[in-house]
Formats: sequence, C-alpha cells, structure tokens
Amino acid sequence: MPLQEFEVEITLMNKPAARDPIGETIQKDLLAKKGYDIVFNVRSGQFLRINLKAAGENEARKIVEKMCNDLRIFNPVTQNLTILKVARS
Amino acid sequence: MSIKIAVIQFPGANCDLDTVHVLNNVINVEADLVWHNHFKEAHYDSVILPGGFAFGDYLRAGIIAAHSPAIDQAKIMLKDGRPVIGICNGFQILTEAQFLPGALLQNDCLKFICKWVNLKVENNTTALTNQMKIDDVLAIPIAHGEGRYYTDNMKELEDNNQIVFRYSTEQGELTQEANPNGSLANIAGICNLEQNCIGLMPHPERASETILSPKSTDHGKLFFNSMIEFIKRRIS
Repeated sequence: MPLQEFEVEITLMNKPAARDPIGETIQKDLLAKKGYDIVFNVRSGQFLRINLKAAGENEARKIVEKMCNDLRIFNPVTQNLTILKVARS
Repeated sequence: MSIKIAVIQFPGANCDLDTVHVLNNVINVEADLVWHNHFKEAHYDSVILPGGFAFGDYLRAGIIAAHSPAIDQAKIMLKDGRPVIGICNGFQILTEAQFLPGALLQNDCLKFICKWVNLKVENNTTALTNQMKIDDVLAIPIAHGEGRYYTDNMKELEDNNQIVFRYSTEQGELTQEANPNGSLANIAGICNLEQNCIGLMPHPERASETILSPKSTDHGKLFFNSMIEFIKRRIS
C-alpha cells in the first residue's frame, strides 16, 4: 500500500497536580485584571504539528504515540499527551 | 592510579569550562572536557554533566541531551557504581534520562533566578556529600529558569533517603521564603538508591573559590572533595 502524507497535531500539558504558573499568570494577572473575571482557569502547554508518511490514519496515530512514548517527547511524570488531530495533509 | 574525571560538553553547555577549571586548578585532579559524541566511559572514574542550555533547552530542558550517546556511556558508569553527577542543566538531563526520579519544571515565579542561596545537607553518605555533615548549611549560587523539583512519589524519596539537599535559611530552617523556585519540600538535590548518582540545581563550581563568594566561602570544594573521596574508597 502506498504511503500517504498525514498531519498530526499534539499537545503536551502539565498534569493537573503540577502547577502551571504560565496559565495562572495569564488568568490572574491579565484576564481577571482586564475584566474577564468569568475566566477561572487557564492551562498552558506545548503544541507540535507533525507531518509524516504512513499507510493510513490509524498507523499515523500509532507511530506518533509510539514515538512520543519511546523518546519521551512528553514527560510522563509531569505531562499528559493529547492527540488533537490526525488528517491527510 | 591517578583519578580522572570527564566533564561532558553538550552544544549549549556554559558551565563546562568552569567545572574543568575548578577540578584541575582548585581540587588539583585531572579533568577532561569531552565532547558528548566522543565520550568513552572506560577512561574515567567519574562523569559530570555540567550546567548550561544543552541543545537550547528545546522541547524541555535536558530531554534532547538525555538521548545523547554520552548518556549511554554514563549509564555504564552508573551501573558499576562510579559517580555520575548532574549540575543544574545536568540535573535536568539526569531526570529526563531517568537516572533520577521526578522532573524539573519552570520556576513558580516564571523568572530565571541567579542568586546565592543556602543549602541544607540532608544526606551525607552520597558520592557528593561524604565530606559534609548532616544539617550543614552551605552558601552556593543557583542560576536557572527550570528548577522547580516535582515528583509524584515523595514518600519513596523520603523513605529511601534520596533527598540530598534542601533550600533553607542561613539558620537551616526550611521556610517557603528560602525556597527560590517552588520546589516540592524545598528540594534542591537528590540521589539514586545507590547514592552514586546525584543531581542538584545549585552550582558548586561557582562556589569553590573565596574570591567568587560574597561571604568569602568556598563550600563548593566540599562537593568535589566528596566525589574524590568516594572514588578513592571505591578503587581502594
């Protein structure tokens, strides 16, 4: 089966137990102070867009999951990995 | 047999030469600066991963360096009991390489902090602290943006006596004010179960000559002298 090109988007976020001072600062020192007091929580993280060749969407997802686990693209002690999107590119 | 120490140079290291200088000229022991791809463990009694910004701290501080061939070599040393020491960025590399538990997160103040702090000795049997006394308070500088120690298994660290240093007041009190970066339980340095691998955020190489210290101290020498003593005991 010919390989196709896929685009996978992932986020790496600190786990809820690990404080996120960037998110806290955005919420407390910017949004709340500028009147957006309806916002009660902001969490920051990292975003990666990965382009790769794979036989299908499932394989593309599996490769990215394996790569992220094996190479510790995310730190399992402190972070969660979320795959936001897998699509043909 | 003469003792020989390797100080690994990663692209982006910036405390490598300071560390080599202190070992060669203050502690008077042979130390080589070794490019990370060229490091061969068989030639050395100990390895130090120095401070800096290896690979620009990209993705997370220490993670790219943790995949360097130097870490495979260091793992051999770790397993046969030779000292493997990580200072600052080196500590971050050791946690990312899973030589040490936990992780180092961005300082809770969000700023890079460069200042002298007080460090309380909690374990004086390790490869880096055997010339110290429990509850000694040492003057030593920190310089980091990601030094907030975090672990999801504090009990194990405490039960195994793996906490080596904590940030304290000059009197040795573990207050929140004495904790510069929000580390869990004021932790500044930890070790592995075998106590031959130690990671710490403060910089002993910047505190080994009285001319560099605001208090005219040279407490940094205690760290390196402990390492030498540990090596001597190991090879004798």
